[in-house]
Amino acid sequence: MIEGLALLDLGVSPYSGDVFHETPLIIYLFHFVVDYAEITFMLADVITAVALYLAVKDYNKQVFRKQKFALEADRYPLDCLELIRSPKEMYYIPLKVAMFYLLNPFTILSCVAKSTCGLNNAVIALFILSTIKGNVLLSAIFLSLATYQSIYPLTLCAPALLYLMQRQYIPVNFRRASFWWFIVQYAFMYLGSLFVIICLSFFLLGSWDYLPSVYGFILSVPDLTPNIGLFWYFFAEMFEHFRLFFLCVFQINVFFYTIPLSIKLKEHPVFLIFMQLAVISIFKSYPTVGDIALYLAFLPVWSHLHRFLRNIFLVSCVLLACSALFPVLWHLWIYAGSANSNFYYAITLLFNVAQILLVSDYFYAFLRREHHLTYGLYLKRKDGSEATLVLK
Amino acid sequence: MGLLSDPNRRRALISLLTRLNTPICLVCYMAGVAWFMGLAFEPFTLRTYMSENAMGSTMVEERFPAGERALATGREFAAHKKKVGGMPVDWLVKTMQARGLEVFTQSFSRTLPFPDENKERYMVKGTNVYGILRAPRAPRTEALVLSAPCSPGDNNQAVGLLLGLAQYFRNQIYWAKDIIFLVNEHDLIGMQAWLEGYHHTNTTGMDWSPLQGRGGSIQAALSLELSSDVITSLDLVLEGLNGQLPNLDLANLFYAFCQKIGVLCTIQGKLQRNDWDSVSGYSHAVQTMMLMVMKQASGRPWGDHGLFLRYHIEAATIKGINSFRQYKTDATTIGRLLEGMYRKLNNLLERLHQSYFFYLMPSLSHFVSIGYYMPAFGLLTVILLLRETHIFTGRYLSIYSACIGNSPLLIKYVSSQQSSPGVLSVLTPLVISHLTGVALYTLPIRFQEMAVEHFPVSETEAVVLTAIAVYTAGLALPHNTHRFLSGEGTEQGWRVLKLVAVLYLAVLLGCTALINFSLGFILALTLVPVAAFVTPHIPKVLSAFILVILSPACTLLFSVFFFQELQEMPVSFQDGWLLYLSVISQGILDHFLYGSLVYPLIALLVYPCWLLFWNILFWK
Repeated sequence: MIEGLALLDLGVSPYSGDVFHETPLIIYLFHFVVDYAEITFMLADVITAVALYLAVKDYNKQVFRKQKFALEADRYPLDCLELIRSPKEMYYIPLKVAMFYLLNPFTILSCVAKSTCGLNNAVIALFILSTIKGNVLLSAIFLSLATYQSIYPLTLCAPALLYLMQRQYIPVNFRRASFWWFIVQYAFMYLGSLFVIICLSFFLLGSWDYLPSVYGFILSVPDLTPNIGLFWYFFAEMFEHFRLFFLCVFQINVFFYTIPLSIKLKEHPVFLIFMQLAVISIFKSYPTVGDIALYLAFLPVWSHLHRFLRNIFLVSCVLLACSALFPVLWHLWIYAGSANSNFYYAITLLFNVAQILLVSDYFYAFLRREHHLTYGLYLKRKDGSEATLVLK
Repeated sequence: MGLLSDPNRRRALISLLTRLNTPICLVCYMAGVAWFMGLAFEPFTLRTYMSENAMGSTMVEERFPAGERALATGREFAAHKKKVGGMPVDWLVKTMQARGLEVFTQSFSRTLPFPDENKERYMVKGTNVYGILRAPRAPRTEALVLSAPCSPGDNNQAVGLLLGLAQYFRNQIYWAKDIIFLVNEHDLIGMQAWLEGYHHTNTTGMDWSPLQGRGGSIQAALSLELSSDVITSLDLVLEGLNGQLPNLDLANLFYAFCQKIGVLCTIQGKLQRNDWDSVSGYSHAVQTMMLMVMKQASGRPWGDHGLFLRYHIEAATIKGINSFRQYKTDATTIGRLLEGMYRKLNNLLERLHQSYFFYLMPSLSHFVSIGYYMPAFGLLTVILLLRETHIFTGRYLSIYSACIGNSPLLIKYVSSQQSSPGVLSVLTPLVISHLTGVALYTLPIRFQEMAVEHFPVSETEAVVLTAIAVYTAGLALPHNTHRFLSGEGTEQGWRVLKLVAVLYLAVLLGCTALINFSLGFILALTLVPVAAFVTPHIPKVLSAFILVILSPACTLLFSVFFFQELQEMPVSFQDGWLLYLSVISQGILDHFLYGSLVYPLIALLVYPCWLLFWNILFWK
């Protein structure tokens, strides 16, 4: 960031060196606030926390309202009354979400390190807030800002569309004209604001060379500095011949889960947002712990699922142990010279596997609760004996 | 994965673990200890071998001739040292210049946090003298270091040999790396100043003058300690700061040359025996290995080489020992050995990295690598994990067993009975234990002046006794915290606290064992039984006594006595206690002078963890 600013002050394009890979709007923002950098990052974290607080409060209200309608319409079987959520239990959830985000050691670490991930998180949180409030225009604008920063939030289009359509009572049906009309509206707003932002960046810097530096960098992964992601080790040992193939495979992996998850979770778009955020932060090309902090902040919203979670103890132990082992093995590799990259990558793999297990565990718990709400809590087989539920 | 998603198999596995938990824990502990003891058994070890290709077979003849002249130079050095009363800087500079080296000096000073027995004063000032032999034909990108510490009264022959070797090396044309001959004052403090100056870092807050001459990146270093004109054996010291060890290839190099020249070589002062199948032979190997484990666990550098390891420089200390054996080796032979080692090190193309960095040596020709000794530690950690799952499932099994096939009303009644305890009842012992740990870390140094005013003790004793006082005061905590908290702790409260404490201990021991295996293993041996079996329901007096015996401070006390026993110098209780106090003061001093991590680890992390278990014992 500092290098980019220095090059800009000299009148040279900041992307001519190979170090700077942020977007032009960010560099202009920092041009003004570089002396107050710490306050900017703290402010971004506070904005994220407040946005998440308001968004979750609104979402809870809607959940409770939907539940009330369903109870009145008598759609729940009699024995799953204990699965119904009460306002008392839901009262403190927005505060817990904000606290989870602010007090997460990962958030504090990324704020201290002054990583631009804090700003990305703030934009995504504002996008979530505007989507849940139902404001289509703002949602499209924030999503385009988030996509402009790093390409991956593009996958959040699908849950945003599903939520907004649900809120405006447009049925999600391929044969309806209103469905397609809404998609066209949203796409127009989204692409329009994206176009405006990209052209603004062009006019700010006077050239198009930020496009390969920013997006080319994210997509083609030229820099293999070790981080907590999965890309660096693979591509360090890859033959040049196969690099493009594996690059495509890895990048498609991020976008691939959108469609099946959207089909399965089309009634529950906010959970879909949570899953998408988790998938992005695990599989993106340069993840940081700030990305993880963002989706971990959502966990209190699903705290009513705790009785269906099966592996939460194992997963949390592994996550804790890996977070403690990361700096130890980094020290052993880089400073003591006694270990090598395999040790560090082993911990990275374990960390990512634990995250995947966490997300899939919550997914299982969510689906199971929905199943119980439809079919009753105590399942009986045809002959009346007790049945167990198995996820195949 | 079938195990994690299939509910029937899960339930079967969990019930198996819950029923057989205690027997499995005991078996694991016995297995871990037996595995560790079995590491010294010779068929389970591997013979050492040279891994680095560049140090392979070079059939050279070592020709160092001037052993007697080196001893004479050493006597001259001793005389000048006595005359000056410290390091004879001018004489050294003149002598090194006469031998054709580029000579430079470095002065340093350090304020000790408290004066220890050796130094007797707060400020330590000194000068290092070093001469660089430039490689005649190669570019000056790499260097080797030969150093001899200038201790008052000892080690004169080493300095003499160093100067003799300098003169001999100067006349050879095959050197491809610069050789730096270093004489450092005040042992480790001088070495730390020199290394910091060489690498432009300042991690320990020492004052030193910048180095005028440098030699490129250092590939390897040897430190010499010779106190007599003839020796009977050479001892190799490998353990460095924080338990870091040099690459095994350096030990292999030393052993290979001792075999070639025919000098007796020892490690930990013990000669190797060939009768591994007899009981005494096996116990000899176990003693050698335990000495290495003890030395590595202490985290202090056991020779001047210990500080090089932090900078990726493989280094070892060679000590000459003169005992009552018939065959004596003279200085010329030692000179030839060092010449041979340096010629081999000269051939290195890159830093030593082929062989192991983590190993244990039951003898100089056999070693145990990390893949063989880690399972011993792993078995001890498995006990902690088994206990974790036992506590965790124990909490939820009682709720679920009430749930199956019952009415919702009963379930609500059961779950309200076992309401989860507030976060406060778990957080309070955690915070208080860690505050005590912080007190143990900061108070001894801070209050030494006040202690010296009020009690008739020296500063060192004040620091150590304050540390012991804070440690013992922590034992009284549970009785006091319960007065602050309302009433007595709940039944669920101690289970949650034990869950957190066992997880904390497991992560802590894992991280420690990765950096310093010996320290992690010794802590695991004493703390894992504590963690596994402490509950508020066991008899209080007996278990309090056992807990204190297994606490870190008593482990240190027993280790001191055990260490003396292993070195065949058993001490009486009085001397042992004084030795224990000096070990504590050395540990604190090492932390402030060289950045050793043992003292902060024990004070800030291990001691609070043990206090949590002490809290659980006195939960009611």
